[in-house]
Amino acid sequence: MIKVEFLGPIGKPSLELDITNLSELAAILQKDSEVKDWLESCAVAVNDTLVSSLEHELKDGDRVSLLPPVCGG
Amino acid sequence: METESLFYLLYVVDDMLSIVNGALNVPNILKEWYEEESHSNYGAYIPFVGTVRSEDGIDGLSFDVYEPILYRWFHEWEERAEAKGAKIKMAHSLGDVMLHESSYIAAVFSPKRRVALELIDEFVEDFKASAPIWKYDLKNGRRIYAENRSTAISGSGLLAK
Repeated sequence: MIKVEFLGPIGKPSLELDITNLSELAAILQKDSEVKDWLESCAVAVNDTLVSSLEHELKDGDRVSLLPPVCGG
Repeated sequence: METESLFYLLYVVDDMLSIVNGALNVPNILKEWYEEESHSNYGAYIPFVGTVRSEDGIDGLSFDVYEPILYRWFHEWEERAEAKGAKIKMAHSLGDVMLHESSYIAAVFSPKRRVALELIDEFVEDFKASAPIWKYDLKNGRRIYAENRSTAISGSGLLAK
């Protein structure tokens, strides 16, 4: 299973999904009314490393994080 | 897995970056950093102190921090600084910080001033654009995400494709 967590202001509990890459995750989240509006502005990390390709493969136990726009300081 | 845990532990104990509950104690932090490096032969110590200003009727600000990625981001900056013979330190608040209190301090130490002046500028700008920290306005007892002042991290939008 893959754990998907929504950081900061998204305010959605994490999900456990049976998926093998980020393309599958994109398809699922684009149908989720709670998060679809966040997707355009969110960066994505797998196991705390930012990723840039939807082809990124996921293996059992991986953790995907969605990071909405930031403003430290 | 064991290697990953150890890796994470190393980041957490990195004393160049501290995450503090509530407002930062500015005089103490600046003094502590000064004393830590006073015999390190750095010719320049350039701190940046961020203070919560009164604007738009806010009572203060509040922050969420995602530490694992913050530590990785900071570690990359430590390496960039080290390559120039410099050192970076940073402290940031977690939770609520009220008006005229400080939520962010960064500093660069370097042998000569030019490296420190340039690094503090680049570091603070990248901090604003990349550090996984979320800001909320505290207003009339509510905590409101500062969406308009936030910046999407480079590469955002992947899952919208």
